[in-house]
Amino acid sequence: MYAHAKDGGGVGGMRKKEGPVNLKIYTMTRNQLQCQAAYMRNSLFDQGYLDEQFVQLEELQDEANPDFVEDVVKLFYTDSARFIRNMELTLDSRPLDFEKLDDIMHQFKGSSSSIGAKKVKRECTQFQEYCKVGNFDGCMRTFQEVKQEHAGLKKKLESYFEVARQAR
Amino acid sequence: MGCEMETDQTEDMDVVLSSMWPEDINEAGRQFNVERPGADQDMLEEVTINKEPNIVDFKRLMELTNYSDKGNWQLANLIKNWEYKQENAVRLLREELDNLSKQQQEVELKKLEILEEHRFEQDGYGGDKRPISILDENLKYLYQDAPRRRNDVVFEDEKVEIEAEFDSVVYWKQRAVHLEKLLEASIKREQVLIEKLQESIENLERQSSPVEELSQVLKRADNFLHFVLQNAPVVIGHQDKELRYRFIFNHFPSLGEQDIIGKTDVEIFSGAGVKESQDFKREVLERGLPAKREITFETELFGSKTFLIYVEPVFSKAGETIGVNYMGMEVTDQVRKREKMAKLREEMAVQKAKETELNKTIHITEESMRAKQMLATMSHEIRSPLSGVVESGVMKLEATKFRPREVVKHVLQTAAASLQKLLTLEGNVADDVPVEVIGDVLRIRQILTNLVSNAIKFTHEGKVGINLYVVQEPSTIAKQGSQKLDRDTTKELPMSESQDDQNGRDENSTCENHKLSNGAQVEEEKETNRKTEEQVVWIRCDVYDTGIGIPENAIPTLFKKYMQVGADTARKYGGTGLGLAICKQLVELMGGHLTVSSVEHHGSTFTFVLPYKVSSISDSSDDPDELSDSDHQDVLGDGNDDDLHSGVFVFQPRTLGTLFSSQSSTRIQKLTPNSYAFNKCNGLLLEDSLSPSSNITYKETRSDEDANSAAGPMETSYELEISDNLSSAEKHEKSVPNTDLVGRFHPYVHPSNSLRAKHNVDENLETCVTYQGQAQAQARTDGISSECSSSNSPEIPKGDLKPKILLVDDNKINVMVTKSMMKQLGHNIDVVHNGAEAVRAVQSNNYHLVLMDVCMPVMDGLEATRLIRSYEETGSWDDAIKAGVDIQLPSPDSQSNSQLEKTRKRIPIIAMTANALSESADECYANGMDSFVSKPITFQNMKQCLQQYLP
Repeated sequence: MYAHAKDGGGVGGMRKKEGPVNLKIYTMTRNQLQCQAAYMRNSLFDQGYLDEQFVQLEELQDEANPDFVEDVVKLFYTDSARFIRNMELTLDSRPLDFEKLDDIMHQFKGSSSSIGAKKVKRECTQFQEYCKVGNFDGCMRTFQEVKQEHAGLKKKLESYFEVARQAR
Repeated sequence: MGCEMETDQTEDMDVVLSSMWPEDINEAGRQFNVERPGADQDMLEEVTINKEPNIVDFKRLMELTNYSDKGNWQLANLIKNWEYKQENAVRLLREELDNLSKQQQEVELKKLEILEEHRFEQDGYGGDKRPISILDENLKYLYQDAPRRRNDVVFEDEKVEIEAEFDSVVYWKQRAVHLEKLLEASIKREQVLIEKLQESIENLERQSSPVEELSQVLKRADNFLHFVLQNAPVVIGHQDKELRYRFIFNHFPSLGEQDIIGKTDVEIFSGAGVKESQDFKREVLERGLPAKREITFETELFGSKTFLIYVEPVFSKAGETIGVNYMGMEVTDQVRKREKMAKLREEMAVQKAKETELNKTIHITEESMRAKQMLATMSHEIRSPLSGVVESGVMKLEATKFRPREVVKHVLQTAAASLQKLLTLEGNVADDVPVEVIGDVLRIRQILTNLVSNAIKFTHEGKVGINLYVVQEPSTIAKQGSQKLDRDTTKELPMSESQDDQNGRDENSTCENHKLSNGAQVEEEKETNRKTEEQVVWIRCDVYDTGIGIPENAIPTLFKKYMQVGADTARKYGGTGLGLAICKQLVELMGGHLTVSSVEHHGSTFTFVLPYKVSSISDSSDDPDELSDSDHQDVLGDGNDDDLHSGVFVFQPRTLGTLFSSQSSTRIQKLTPNSYAFNKCNGLLLEDSLSPSSNITYKETRSDEDANSAAGPMETSYELEISDNLSSAEKHEKSVPNTDLVGRFHPYVHPSNSLRAKHNVDENLETCVTYQGQAQAQARTDGISSECSSSNSPEIPKGDLKPKILLVDDNKINVMVTKSMMKQLGHNIDVVHNGAEAVRAVQSNNYHLVLMDVCMPVMDGLEATRLIRSYEETGSWDDAIKAGVDIQLPSPDSQSNSQLEKTRKRIPIIAMTANALSESADECYANGMDSFVSKPITFQNMKQCLQQYLP
């Protein structure tokens, strides 16, 4: 991501030779977008949505893989649709199989922690705690929390990626 | 007026603020207690009173005196006093006047008497009385209270002598004249007296006018006030109904009368507190009740000061409030001190609260840690196959070939990795301990691990170590060969210089000086030695520490289940007390014994002696198997033995497993081939680790390698070139004296022998057919190397020299991330999604590293690892097949396959754990994993892991 920002700067510099007026408008909007993207990113961290694992992903992004972070996140959301369905089925079935719930949640927690989805991960952990003590109400409640955090993060990440793409 | 104050007491009279006085003091106490003027004139004579800070609006004072009850009352007192004195004077004068008029009456009465007498005498009758005496008497009576001076005057005429003859006419005439004169004088005196009286009255009136006396009293009161208050930080004032100052004492010096009188507080100065003070005064004014308040001012005029203010309302006779008296005392310092104290107290309270909280937290943390530790310990001890087996009494001992040095090293390495103390971990394997023995390595390792972790647990400084050496069979000495006996004599000194150990020592020091031939010779000798004693060797293992030791009386119960040295120990060090009991039972089941010796506060030594079969058969059988490999075997053997015999391992506290003599040299060896395969990441390390001379060699190699990898499957030429490089260079041996201890990475060493390489190529051609299809691009080369490994323990290098890595994870996101990281590290990896697939992949490919998720569907990572280890140890996939893995066995056309699979190298398997209790590191190790990385995987962790486990 940073590498790209730098590349972009290079391009801007080249354009300067072509036409300074054009450049000015171009850089301003781009700078603004970059600022906005950086701001959005920071607030995702500040508000506890993401943790340093997300930075790990960002560091894996390079020229060969310019959309790596977004791709991983997309994969996460595609994958989690299956997870949620699975979870709901298991929660509906009787007798309740806490072990299975725990297993599924373990999987999902692994994915969440891999993309650095801090809040989602926290709820997952909470869910597993409830699973361990066999607290159905707690499970149900926390599952709603998981879904909510999951959806909330999705929205935030989507708009962030959008801005980040434009800023590139 | 009551006079309570003695003259001599005045000087030491306490100055007390009136507001501080008790409420029940009598009214007189509130007055100015001033001596009557005149009685103590000189009392304040020596005192200089600065009268400046006193500004009075006299008009207001008059008003006050006239209208306020208090002023009135005071005035009334003074007037009463004056009146009393006047009355006294008047009374005295009146008495005197009465006396005078009485005298006058008497004199006139006398005169009448005399006249009557005279008439009678004129009638020819005359008495012989002595009027003078009567007169004298009368006069004396009359003037008895008169001043003496006057007496002189009065008697002036009494001495007048009557010259005429008695009782003659002349005599009487003379007498009458004389009396008349007396009367005149008397009247004159009376007039004088009246005048004097008048004068005295006038004087009296002039002298004691009430205003003068009042002002005198007031002045004295004022003086006293000044005297008392002259140094006090007190401001006294009076303000009228509109809160305008009418009087102020001790005002701020820079303010003049015109600045204060007639103005309100807010008009005089501004800043914080001014408004408050005014409001407070107004409140008192409105409520009609005196009150005190502390007000902090922050004004430009006098900065920050705190005053304690007393305000009392002043009432008119009609009971209306007409103003306030106020008194302020500066208490800034006191307030500051008080606030400081309060702050200190508050801080102390906070501190205390924090401390309590901290203690609570510590307590809770300790408790939870203890609980967690207990749980982990229990779960490990209970779930590990060890206890289960022992408990049930069913014991199936495995007999596998293993290398004691490797076990010792690994146990110490593992312990060092999780070491949280500054301890030195050391291992010392005597030279006489065989390179390979046969026994139940898993259980032995568990015993060793248990004892070492115990030792670490109870040791706070110093070291923990393992000594391994051969001893005679505990019961029968005679059974042993002579060789053995010799060794037994030196058993207490693992590094002793006995004759038999000389060989080992030589091997140890091959590093710089000894050449191929030498090593080969040694190896030969060793082989001979082994062949002579295909027997049982008893190896004693001491696990010693410099810890707290065990009290003597606790030793007998030490090995009992659930027993620890004491309740205190359990609380302090945790553990369930199962470990030692299990260890002892295990050792005994394996035919040995476990003992302990200890000196309290100095340390303990746990010793177990076990019999092992010496694996000389397999060693010797390996040789004839590879007929064409004798040369190679020498090189390899030399390297191996060299490392295998360097049985000293030291893990210093700081370096925790990186400073590891044999390991570090091994790593260099591991890195060298690696570096020309992907010098991108390890090139730097290579430069550091190699001497310049060998560097050149490797540079050549690198270019050759590049050409070769581009050329693809032109293996033969490639190998020849490589081998030329390596075999021609003694410097290779010098700079990298030790070959791989574990032998996992032989493919990179083996090309040194061209003969063998050729042989391998032949075999490749032969066995390629048996390879089961892999659709990957590298399939061919992979297949070859895999088959090679199964056909011959030392594999040939592949065209693709990159290490092959397998990732076993069912989580797509994890896979994607890990793959990307590996790519950045320069590796392409194979991915499978569960344990069963992993087993299959390992079976059909030759991996150098496996990254294994623990929790997976179908088959978890632990089971997969167990199956892979089982295969590595036994050479058969039977367990895997039993476990339901669909293994496609290689076609049985090559007999060598199954036979040689036995010596297949151990693949490092790294667990990827989410740090859950269910994925504990202990369990990973127990199932044969080598290490673990925590999830989510970070670039740094992955890099470290690869550096440690890849050549």
